[in-house]
Amino acid sequence: MAQFEDQRTTVYKVDPEHPESETLPTLRTEELLLNMGPQHPSTHGVLKVILELEGERLVKSTPVMGFLHRGVEKLAEEGTYHQFIPHTDRLDYVCAMYNNFAYCRAVEKLMNITVPDRAEYLRTIVAEVQRIIGHQFWLGTQALDIGAMTVFFYCFRDREILLDWFDELCGARLTTSWYRIGGVERDFTPSLFAKLKQFLDYFPPKIDEYVIFLEKNRIWLARTKGVAVISAEDALSFGLSGPTLRGSGVDYDLRKYEPYSAYPKCEFSVPVGKNGDTYDRYWIRVQEMYESVKIIHQCLEQIQDGPIMADVPSVTLPPKERVFTNLESMIQQFKLFSQGFNAPPGEIYCGTEAHKGELGFYIVSTGGGKPYRLKIRAPSFIHMGAFDHMSKGYMIADAVTIFGTYDIVMGECDR
Amino acid sequence: MNHLTKRIEDTFPGACTKVVEWRGDLAVTVKPETLRDVARFLRDDPAMRFDYIVHVSSVDWPDDEERFEVVYEVYSIRTRQRIRLKTRVPESDCIVDSLTDIWKGADFMEREVYDMMGIRFRNHPDLRRILMPDEYDEGYPLRKDFPLRGKGWRDTFEFLDEPTR
Repeated sequence: MAQFEDQRTTVYKVDPEHPESETLPTLRTEELLLNMGPQHPSTHGVLKVILELEGERLVKSTPVMGFLHRGVEKLAEEGTYHQFIPHTDRLDYVCAMYNNFAYCRAVEKLMNITVPDRAEYLRTIVAEVQRIIGHQFWLGTQALDIGAMTVFFYCFRDREILLDWFDELCGARLTTSWYRIGGVERDFTPSLFAKLKQFLDYFPPKIDEYVIFLEKNRIWLARTKGVAVISAEDALSFGLSGPTLRGSGVDYDLRKYEPYSAYPKCEFSVPVGKNGDTYDRYWIRVQEMYESVKIIHQCLEQIQDGPIMADVPSVTLPPKERVFTNLESMIQQFKLFSQGFNAPPGEIYCGTEAHKGELGFYIVSTGGGKPYRLKIRAPSFIHMGAFDHMSKGYMIADAVTIFGTYDIVMGECDR
Repeated sequence: MNHLTKRIEDTFPGACTKVVEWRGDLAVTVKPETLRDVARFLRDDPAMRFDYIVHVSSVDWPDDEERFEVVYEVYSIRTRQRIRLKTRVPESDCIVDSLTDIWKGADFMEREVYDMMGIRFRNHPDLRRILMPDEYDEGYPLRKDFPLRGKGWRDTFEFLDEPTR
């Protein structure tokens, strides 16, 4: 007991001339090892992080991943190219459309297929709708992690409208599988066009509404400004992409750097941050929602009538109505699904700017109907590689916001 | 010949064993002992500046003498070009120099390659399994001789399409 009291007196004795020199000479200090997860509500899935703490400061954090590993890359080697599309839905299950898109683009590059104009516009529109959904989901959950619950409800209210729109488009809200190699599965109905236009009028004021909740909220600012700062050089070296990289001031956006689909025909800007902190990444995502609305508006103006599927019978699927009425189309459909198409030997990498970052597919083909090797460049996985670097020195409560700032989805991270 | 390949060839004569340009992608295969130097050159050379690592991957070619292929894909933000740097190693000596100190992101990506394909990386700071459990010792799942249904205790699973009694 005497020793205990002695310790207390030493702890609170501060040299009045040098108040910063307060030290804890007799207290035993040691690093605390803390397991966060795998079942933690803020990890957005099943992720464990071993945190080494010095008081409340993070000294080192080691992510432990793989709880959701399903061997998607192995499965890809056993199925045909067409059969892999539904698997891509389950990568980033929040934004299935963009995974489909990225995969189909990669196979089209492998097969050297040009997609018809109308299909490109439809693809761009849906991809941007998906980007809005992704950012809404991110904003809602990030605010919820920090403690602002209202934003979550507002974001999910508007996200619901778009998910219902997806439902009407392809019959599924999350696992959509709407993209096809060489085009899209079905065209928009007039009702879909009308609903989308209605949403575009409705949505921008709602973004302002989300922002009102956060922009002047002292808790939000304190928890995001200056947190998880990463320099542009480090961000590039870690392979970060998407808003996580652009927050650090690099304007790397594949929609501009390697324009694809209908993006070169649309005018939009790429918001870039300055400080590389969580706040900048938040700001970029909010701005991107406005930009997405702009892109969809332009696509709706420019879109013309035409085919929605490339006409390459050896690769692309025939229209569904012809499969049921025409023998040749039925044979074509059957052969494509049972044997697949004959891909030329070679290898390609094709990256697509999903809302999280660069989602890429590296496909090695040795000919035949199945990919020899298919590697998914998942932004969530690569962002986790920078977690230790970005969380060093911050408080333990910030760990939650740092997961959030990557927009991490474990389905994609673990594949 | 592509100007990038030419520059690599000029600086490291005989380093490139294979250059393929297909569908606009440039893939350069180098000898494993020169991989590190070439990678450092790609990052630091003012005309190249490949500062952004895209992905690290691996391919298994069981019939070849040099069975494993390690693939590094890098991108240059300044010059807007990408290059795929590859190297081949035999199964008996499947170890490659780690590029973790050149691109920091290579840390996790190389761990994934090790986990999935069993290729080891020299001087890697923390070479452990990443997606599979730490204690998993039934092989490397993405190798071609690893069955799709799994190995070890998974072999004892009953499948619906097989007669079980």
